[in-house]
Amino acid sequence: MLRFIVRRLLQLIPILLGLSVLLFAWLRALPGGPAQAALGERATPEAIAQYNELFGLDEPLYVQYFRFLGRAVQLDFGSSTQYGRPVSEVFLERFPGTIELTLFAMLFAIGVGIPLGYLAARRYGSFLDSASVVGSLIGVAIPVFFLAYLLRLLFAVELGWLPGSGRQDVRIDATRITNFYVLDGLLTREWDAAWDAVLHLVLPAIALGTIPLAIIVRITRASVLDVVNEDYVRTANAKGLAMATVRRRHIIRNALLPVSTTIGLQTGLLLSGAVLTETVFAFGGVGSTLYDAIRFRDFAVLQGFILMLAVVYVLVNLLVDISYGLLDPRVRVR
Amino acid sequence: MTALGNYKRERIDALAARAGQLPEGDAGLSLTRSAFRRLRRDPVAITGAVIVLVFLLVAAFAPLLAPKDPVTQYLLSEIRPGTIPGSQEGFPLGVDNLGRDLLSRLIYGSRQSLLIGVVSTVLGLVVGMSLGVLAGAFGGWVDTVVMRFVDIILSIPGLLMAITVSVLLGQSQLSLMIAIAVVQVPIFARLLRGSMLAQRGSDYAVAARALGVRKGRIVFGHVLPNSLSPVIVQATLSLATAIIEAAALSYLGLGDPDIARPEWGAMLANAQDFLSIRPALAVWPALCIIVVALGFTLLGERLREALDPKFRR
Repeated sequence: MLRFIVRRLLQLIPILLGLSVLLFAWLRALPGGPAQAALGERATPEAIAQYNELFGLDEPLYVQYFRFLGRAVQLDFGSSTQYGRPVSEVFLERFPGTIELTLFAMLFAIGVGIPLGYLAARRYGSFLDSASVVGSLIGVAIPVFFLAYLLRLLFAVELGWLPGSGRQDVRIDATRITNFYVLDGLLTREWDAAWDAVLHLVLPAIALGTIPLAIIVRITRASVLDVVNEDYVRTANAKGLAMATVRRRHIIRNALLPVSTTIGLQTGLLLSGAVLTETVFAFGGVGSTLYDAIRFRDFAVLQGFILMLAVVYVLVNLLVDISYGLLDPRVRVR
Repeated sequence: MTALGNYKRERIDALAARAGQLPEGDAGLSLTRSAFRRLRRDPVAITGAVIVLVFLLVAAFAPLLAPKDPVTQYLLSEIRPGTIPGSQEGFPLGVDNLGRDLLSRLIYGSRQSLLIGVVSTVLGLVVGMSLGVLAGAFGGWVDTVVMRFVDIILSIPGLLMAITVSVLLGQSQLSLMIAIAVVQVPIFARLLRGSMLAQRGSDYAVAARALGVRKGRIVFGHVLPNSLSPVIVQATLSLATAIIEAAALSYLGLGDPDIARPEWGAMLANAQDFLSIRPALAVWPALCIIVVALGFTLLGERLREALDPKFRR
């Protein structure tokens, strides 16, 4: 097992190096280069030359790349032109929000998806089954930001049941420890602050969780249907095990293997920035920060965030691989 | 027990029924022919195909079908802050916030949306397949280099990658298409390589090699044609995701800057500001996107089942 983990970790190195080259090249390839990006379109040639000299952009590319790499390893991506603060500081402030949102969205997707997929498979061909198949097809086809807008309009604007923007009511003067608003509220025993943060998570989590929900329902259903016909299930039935035991020990346990992979992959995807959902709900996580960075051409934020999010994504996928090795010993053999 | 038992019985019944049909119907047919036969009898696949066909026809004959010009502004005197005229004589679905006929824009929009979907998928397909063939045909270090490159692209989440590319290329319709295509490239490359590797060890490939057929002919004449079915399926599904992705990029302000070209994604993104005044402005383009995406998805899923030997018993 340890060898498996070490081998997968070593495979990360070329991927991360390649990624850094790609993003380094990206900023250099922008029209006008980083100087123009930082100084704006109307910068004079002298100003650009001065900027280039100041930041060492007149040196050979490979020197620049290694300096970029050296700084990137120390999480130094320069300063944001929008916020006037180091990019990594902004990232650390915003990322907890995205993690909270992802957890709630996946909780929704798993909590609804697995039971629904299982029931659909058990009642194969029933109305519930057809409805869940059709529903999961539509769930993937609907543009996320449109769904988010609909939810916000209906439950926040028209009905007023839930808050429709931000991470917490601005009137609440909550103490910040970790920047996880719910966790902070629990830690400081400011219960109403925690509850308010939870309420703010409900609508974005549902919007964000819809696609994973649709995928989880489909995979659970298909995989239960597969497992039911396996020889070991027939054997378990034949030797007279109680139906509940067969379901729990043989069907559900084996059917959830592919589902767990899906859950891991989707979590990685959501963590890497729910740009659309966060923007609709002005959520203030990494996703809406990326959107602002696009609008204001804040390239330092774009470069730093994309690199850090890609690293998170790769690491989560690694965790998924490892946990799959734990769940299913056959994977390790390779 | 009963529900699961029912399912089992139905599967066995279906299997038995099919076992009776298959030998006479499909014997001696090529994979493609027999897949096509099965698709023709599949109501879900037919539904998908009809949806796709209808939208293709609408796109082709847009100038004939659209009642009005999609960019001319009408009823401007009736548009005030807070009111946008709804459906009325001559404007079955009403007009948008700039007074342009919604129905005509939807009809013309099908052209741009389908065009973006098709072009970006074809782009992704061509580049991805070239990489896949390179890796699958040569193997060895070529395979390693190509696949590492593909893994790097794959390690950036799709939407982030698309954003990165469209920021780099600037705002235009072409860069929108390229941005969507870049996301598809690694998927096609991996699929084709995997399926070619699986085919390389097959009996006919070994036989061809034993007969002394040149490598190029084995790859392009034998292995490649037999490895294409998962790629074809993926391409059909990609058409759906490309159209949805185009809408997302439009919403982020990275779409087609040419307002003279109506496109569903841009229409939907633009309509968000007027959602509480006239929801129809958003609902119609959203419906178009959902229905078209559904059509391609249904067709793709059923194509997968028809082409996959696992489902042909």
